[in-house]
Amino acid sequence: MDIFNTKNVVKRFVNQTALDNVSISVPEGSIYGLLGPNGAGKTTLIRIINQITAPDSGELLFSGKKIVPSDVFKIGYLPEERGLYKKMKVGEQAIYLARLKGLSNKEATARLKFWFNKFEIMPWWNKKVQELSKGMQQKVQFIVTILHKPSLLIFDEPFSGFDPINADMLKNEIITLKGEGSTIIFSTHDMGSVEELCDYITLIDNGKKLIEGDIHKIRKEYRSNIFKVSFAGDIASVQKVLNQHFDLLDHTTEEDVVTARIKSLKNITDNTLLSLLIPEVKIISFNEETPSMNDIFIRVVTEGRKNNS
Amino acid sequence: MKKIALILSREYITRVRKRSFIIMSILGPILFASLMIIPIWVTQMEDTDIKRIAIIDSSHIFRNVIQDGEYLKFDYLENTSLTDLKDNFSQTGYYGILYISHIVSYDPNSVILYSDKQPNLGTKLHISRALENYIKDQKLQTYEIDDLDAILRAVETNINIRTIKLSEGGGEKESNTGIAMALGYISGFLMYMFLLFLGTQVMRGVLEEKTNRIVEIIISSVKPFQLMLGKIVGIALVGLTQLLIWSISTVILVMIAQAIFFPELGLTPTEQVVTQDVMSANPVQTPAESSSPEMEELRMAFATLGNINFAVMIGSFLFYFLGGFFLYASLFAAVGAAVDNDTDTQQFIFPILIPLILSIIILFSIINTPGSPIAFWFSIIPFTSPIIMMARIPFGVPMEQVILSMVLLVAFFIGTVWLAGKIYRTGILMYGKKVNYKELWKWIRYKT
Repeated sequence: MDIFNTKNVVKRFVNQTALDNVSISVPEGSIYGLLGPNGAGKTTLIRIINQITAPDSGELLFSGKKIVPSDVFKIGYLPEERGLYKKMKVGEQAIYLARLKGLSNKEATARLKFWFNKFEIMPWWNKKVQELSKGMQQKVQFIVTILHKPSLLIFDEPFSGFDPINADMLKNEIITLKGEGSTIIFSTHDMGSVEELCDYITLIDNGKKLIEGDIHKIRKEYRSNIFKVSFAGDIASVQKVLNQHFDLLDHTTEEDVVTARIKSLKNITDNTLLSLLIPEVKIISFNEETPSMNDIFIRVVTEGRKNNS
Repeated sequence: MKKIALILSREYITRVRKRSFIIMSILGPILFASLMIIPIWVTQMEDTDIKRIAIIDSSHIFRNVIQDGEYLKFDYLENTSLTDLKDNFSQTGYYGILYISHIVSYDPNSVILYSDKQPNLGTKLHISRALENYIKDQKLQTYEIDDLDAILRAVETNINIRTIKLSEGGGEKESNTGIAMALGYISGFLMYMFLLFLGTQVMRGVLEEKTNRIVEIIISSVKPFQLMLGKIVGIALVGLTQLLIWSISTVILVMIAQAIFFPELGLTPTEQVVTQDVMSANPVQTPAESSSPEMEELRMAFATLGNINFAVMIGSFLFYFLGGFFLYASLFAAVGAAVDNDTDTQQFIFPILIPLILSIIILFSIINTPGSPIAFWFSIIPFTSPIIMMARIPFGVPMEQVILSMVLLVAFFIGTVWLAGKIYRTGILMYGKKVNYKELWKWIRYKT
């Protein structure tokens, strides 16, 4: 079951097409990564999901039904460029923002007290926002985003501007929220956090969707067929047994241990390679190099641009 | 609607609680009340010292001609030379020396008042009037006409012009131009102040939300248009609150001041206010000297006051305030949304300010000629009508003109709110772009 779908969404600005026939499916209960270089159209897509801007054409479905304005109450949005009223008191402001999301005054106050205590910012309730450190402001913004218990959370570059401690806290909260059944869409440049958190990703560039799907399947799909073998023995003997199906990319020797990177030229299984090596050397470790999201990102974007031009 | 109410109550509450609002609420009435009280007070305080003036008359014909006034005493000195008196002026204790040369009857410039202070107009008038009358009488006597005094009294006429305004259906209303002018000027100027001051507040508020980057959080919950409207209505209510506070406390202050300074007048506060208006528009008279023409003037003023329909005045002020405010505030909001910082606002603000400034420049000529074609056109054109029509209303404006002006104002403010909404919607999410008019036009043409 998908919580959100866009179907053939097109958004044009005067000089460019920000989104060109983008269709995505966000499965319910997943963490969905929205990736892409700067200016790819991520923020435009996020704004469309939030009904801040409307697409020129295309369809938006929330839980399988055509999106309606009141769906904003089921969405929590933490924009990339975020701020608060500087002269307003923290508690008052949080209540105001929560009420805009449909909570009653009483409900908002009760929930805020819980979260302020949890994040240990209760003493700042009556302070003006301008007296808060940036980290504390971010905590307040995060609380306000999730306070109305939305089923879909959208974080645009959530980790930018967070210090490592807050970023870690945020990661944990995202995982907790997923555990509670929320769906999270987040856009980021931080590929480390994508590998750590995401179940599904989509990658867009120049307003076009390049890949989408289960992150494990994608990583398998983009496997490089490079094996990393550490062994005790002679590199020359290894070179000798590698036939035309394998290619020795490089090797390093540290004390008596040689580590070689071997690429399988055709899709030949790791067992074949092992059976070739075992008679020659003493294997210490053997594993396949899985591509990092970073590698996949760069590869997909470069190929996509090459195909375009 | 619930969201707009939330937004406008935030706008309203944060502004009303601001220190500047509280200070303005206190200072405003004090300022207004002192503007009304001080001129009266000053005229009452004036010249209660007895002034002695020495007369040196080289023509020897003006003995006992200049009568002592309440605060003016004259000493006719026979055997003193002007030079001696001038040399010892500081020891004599005189306020001034009046020197009358012997050629006075044919040279009007031969009377000199020496003083170490600046003699006021009243003193000079008192002297010149006495001398003129005496010389006139002397000259008339040379014609040797019998019963001249009686003849002169018989031909003496005093014209006091009462203005009565004819209204349709033959009704007559007594009007007083001074009061109408003052009311027109005050309401026009107040309108200008409110439109300008509150309009800029709207712009600042929008710009603050944009530069703070809170706007994207808010418009993920509400439509940009709702946010803009909530802000404009909220600030309009702030203006109305300020106006209400000012009116009530000015009335109270004037009442208190009146009880302290002029218990003898016993006027109601509004009458007091208007009395002052009459007085500032006419030569000031101290109550003691209020002889019949002044009393007549005052009586007419009150008659006019009774005839000015305050319900109409207040009603139309509210209408033009709200209409004009929506018109200007939406434009100001669009400017705030279009730019990134305060300094960039200049180029867009200027065209908005032109009609406002123009209105205030011509305001004075409008209250002098409220029926002129200029007055007509400027009170019809929506950008100037809030100020100019308010200046005209105390004089009475034909109903069809008022209706035309109101309809146009409403049509225009709906139009500008709609246009501004489009600029606003795009502008608040646009950063780091140098915006010009061509760009704004593009934004207006964007589909949602």
